[in-house]
Amino acid sequence: MSDTTTHTAQPTTAGAGTTPPRKPRSGTAVRNTTGGRVFDALNLVLLIALAFVTVLPFLYVIAGSFASESEISARSFFLWPHDVVTDSYDYIFATNTFVRSLIVTIGVTAVGTIIQVALTLSMAYPLAKRYLPGRNLLLNLVIFTMVFSGGMIPTYLIVRELGLLNTYWALILPLAINPFYLIIVKNFFQELPEELQEAARIDGCSEIGVFARVVLPLSKPIIATFSLFYAVAIWNDFMSPLLYIDDASKWTLQMFVRQVTISADMANTMGQLDPNYVPPEQGLKFAVIVVATIPIMLFYPFLQKHFAKGILIGSVKG
Amino acid sequence: MARRPPTEPASPDPTPATSGSSPAVATASTATAPAPAPADSPDGGGTGRAGGSSGRRIGTAKAPLRIRLIRHTWLYVMLLPGVVYFLLFKYAPMYGISIAFQDYLPFLGFGDSPWVGFKHFETLFSSPDFSRVLTNTLILAGLHVVLVFPAPIIVALLLNELRITVVKRFIQSSIYIPHFLSWTIVASLTYLLFAVDVGPATQLLNSITGDRLDVLADPDWFRPLIIMQTLWKATGWGTIIYLAALTSVDPNLYEAARIDGANRWQQMWHITLPAIRSTIVVMAILMSGNLLDTGFEQIYLMTNSLNREVAEVFDTYVYFMGITQGQYSYSTAVGLFKAVVGIILIFGANWLARRFKQTGLF
Repeated sequence: MSDTTTHTAQPTTAGAGTTPPRKPRSGTAVRNTTGGRVFDALNLVLLIALAFVTVLPFLYVIAGSFASESEISARSFFLWPHDVVTDSYDYIFATNTFVRSLIVTIGVTAVGTIIQVALTLSMAYPLAKRYLPGRNLLLNLVIFTMVFSGGMIPTYLIVRELGLLNTYWALILPLAINPFYLIIVKNFFQELPEELQEAARIDGCSEIGVFARVVLPLSKPIIATFSLFYAVAIWNDFMSPLLYIDDASKWTLQMFVRQVTISADMANTMGQLDPNYVPPEQGLKFAVIVVATIPIMLFYPFLQKHFAKGILIGSVKG
Repeated sequence: MARRPPTEPASPDPTPATSGSSPAVATASTATAPAPAPADSPDGGGTGRAGGSSGRRIGTAKAPLRIRLIRHTWLYVMLLPGVVYFLLFKYAPMYGISIAFQDYLPFLGFGDSPWVGFKHFETLFSSPDFSRVLTNTLILAGLHVVLVFPAPIIVALLLNELRITVVKRFIQSSIYIPHFLSWTIVASLTYLLFAVDVGPATQLLNSITGDRLDVLADPDWFRPLIIMQTLWKATGWGTIIYLAALTSVDPNLYEAARIDGANRWQQMWHITLPAIRSTIVVMAILMSGNLLDTGFEQIYLMTNSLNREVAEVFDTYVYFMGITQGQYSYSTAVGLFKAVVGIILIFGANWLARRFKQTGLF
């Protein structure tokens, strides 16, 4: 929403000197004061600086991940290495610990997203039916969980009681339905024309059939949006593995990254490959960070578009 | 929505739906309920409900609850997994809060552990940890209000003044990126940039101050680091909601103001800001509810043995007491205290917003 509207409103304004509907560039004489021009220039410089400061740390890490160990220690800051080498990547992909945590994370994210989206859609659909007895009670119970929760320790104890500790399910099930997303999807279903569904029912479609053949095909965009929401949340989740996974062999990428870059626990985390080989200690930190963010970067254009829409849907409909 | 009153009483109540205001009508419709389509109750609402596709729904509203439940069996089947989820992972932990008033013993469980009343709360309030944790939490919350909350508003206002679309889009795309990075990545980047002696940011600071700084371990640097991280991660993304609100400003207002001789600053102050005031208020209320949620992942990742004194906030304290030390009842009590304060804050902020003639959230 923000993207489309802000931008569609803008292009006319950027046009040369005509009087567009919104804030003409040089409409009246009062407008084009020197003060105004100075403000524009300063504003532009400030915002571009802001954009650079924001992406700079990340550019540095990407550059560092392709630099040799000696270059990282010799040069303090650089955005392009003198010699592009892949030592760090070669090393981390040769360790089974890193590769395992990468596979674990991809698997948990894939399975988790499917489960979470399925549960959310399946619950949102009946809740969108105003005539369903008990629906208001359930909705209120869902909304209550947005204001108040049991908190970290009771949730941990429940997960433990269910025998989920040290299983990948502990990373998926406790977060299976996000009540905010559920309400947004419910509102979306509610907006779909009831007549279509009614017509399918009259033609002999079962309730499940109506959901699968009429409602879901109409909901593809919102399903894409929330799949991304859930996938990013699981991929980035640090708290669940911290709480529920003790076994280092089941660590997700986020845990692994922390262990390598923050706890600097290199030998234990990576596992020793060859006693005579000195691993690129600095460089691998850079490489690990880059790998852990690659999926986010790959999906970034979609993320930006869908997430912006998502938070605006949420803010409008509450 | 107009149909609410007739359907409502039926849902929690196993007896057949009764509608209408007078007891006589109620008994009459109860009596006729088994009949599939009784005459509409004389409360006047009937005619309004009859139109269009809702014909079927009138049938549903009138049918006995048992029949309606059977008719919607599949909808309930679809609800089931979600309901089980909410019961298991949301409501069971809420019931689990009872251990804050017990001495929880794992083999006895939530219900049967011995009750101890407010013992754990008394321990908390008399503990030296309490004032330390509370102070740390409040200072971070205060810095959040003063520095983090206004940042997206300012950036959104500046972005709104930019008129070169390509540049604007480039800037937006750049400043949204950190929102999608995990706190682990943010903390890792901080550790790389501020590493002693070798981190580029440390070298910059060293050359400015002339000292040899250890930013990551120095307690004085903990709060600035946290605020910097939050600003970096959240500011860009936070602008979206304000930019959306800004698109709804009537351009004629600017036109009129210019004719009256208003300069850029005056236009911003008298037109743009008032236009997004309600958005700011809503965001402020939402923020107030989360004030004590200092961000467990962020603080946990940035805490080390040297800065713990200033780093420990309620969330991390609950973690260390509960998970690391196994004091489940005590840490649950701490968490409950924080949650209750959070609820008071959000309702308080809502009440304040209403007092100042703004629209509240509830």
